[in-house]
Amino acid sequence: MTPARSDISEPIAGKMADINAYEHTPEAQFGDYVALLKPRVMSLVVFTAFVGLWVAPGPVHPFIGFCAVLFIALGGGASGALNMWYDRDIDAIMNRTQSRPIPSGRIEPTEALGVGIVLSVISVMMLGLVANWFAAGFLAFTIFFYAVVYTVWLKRWTPQNIVIGGAAGAFPPMIGWACATGGISIESLLMFALIFFWTPPHFWALALFMKEDYHNAGVPMLTVTHGRRSARRHIFAYTLVLAPFAIWLGLTSVGGPLYMAVAVVLNAMFIHGGWKILQRSEDQAIADGYAVEKRVFKLSLVYLFVHFLALLVQGWMGGW
Amino acid sequence: MPIQTEHEIHGRRRSRNIGLGLVLLCFVALVFGLTVVKVRQGGLIEGYDHQPRVSLTPLEPEGEAE
Repeated sequence: MTPARSDISEPIAGKMADINAYEHTPEAQFGDYVALLKPRVMSLVVFTAFVGLWVAPGPVHPFIGFCAVLFIALGGGASGALNMWYDRDIDAIMNRTQSRPIPSGRIEPTEALGVGIVLSVISVMMLGLVANWFAAGFLAFTIFFYAVVYTVWLKRWTPQNIVIGGAAGAFPPMIGWACATGGISIESLLMFALIFFWTPPHFWALALFMKEDYHNAGVPMLTVTHGRRSARRHIFAYTLVLAPFAIWLGLTSVGGPLYMAVAVVLNAMFIHGGWKILQRSEDQAIADGYAVEKRVFKLSLVYLFVHFLALLVQGWMGGW
Repeated sequence: MPIQTEHEIHGRRRSRNIGLGLVLLCFVALVFGLTVVKVRQGGLIEGYDHQPRVSLTPLEPEGEAE
């Protein structure tokens, strides 16, 4: 039996509609795939992993070191893509993230998921072949920690999300160290602690002056769940906890006079910044447009970068 | 819809196609470079698991072995 004309034309019309929709979909450019890997986060991963590798004892061939850092960064980028895939709903709400490739419609969510999974596998396998399987396992754990433990479990559940999730950003120098030594040591643990305890005051200072974003997205930031007074207390407390670890690192085999001088000055500045944030009321902050909070946030960026830069230079100069 | 040799979509996807091509070329160069470095370094390395190759390790003098 010959089908009625409408039976034939409907699928064709449907396909034509698909083609038209396809032609009018914003086309993802190469830069959109790069943006999916969170290049700014990757730059922190590259730098800290490189320092971890550089200060570790034992020679590493420069090309192998380059490739190891590259694949650690790729693993970090892959976890960023997985994060963007899962967080696409809240990214569409927050001003800061609305222009990301998925909420802006340039990349399909499933495509981002595919990119994240494929790059995760490639980065872990290649790091195993380039350096060693301990470092590769560590990278796999870091990707899992960021994409699943932080993004899926913690971020929308607890205001301590960035405290525990901050571990994911703190692992790269340990992985770099593991690439050179095949293991863990007190130096690599202290580099981890430096980033781990730096993360909460850094993000909570940001949350103090980006308050509407997190509130609108329903992310349980400390500033939203426990109030801004509590966040100010936490920022100061963490600057106090952070300082001993930063100084202790200077007393190990990777430390030296230069690093120690830098650590003492920067930690004094960071604690002072935390103290000033604690002393301010919300009205004072609103009156001057969160000037102190913004200054401490910028200081936190300099704090971490200069600590690792000092480790790098100290490693080149030789330690104690 | 006629099939064209150069569809408009080719133009729109040019940047990502060129980018992906360059990434793949870099990856090939990277693996080649790694192979050269590993082979030069790995005189005593056996197979994929980077274990010392017992058959190639120098024999210890009998006196030192004990």
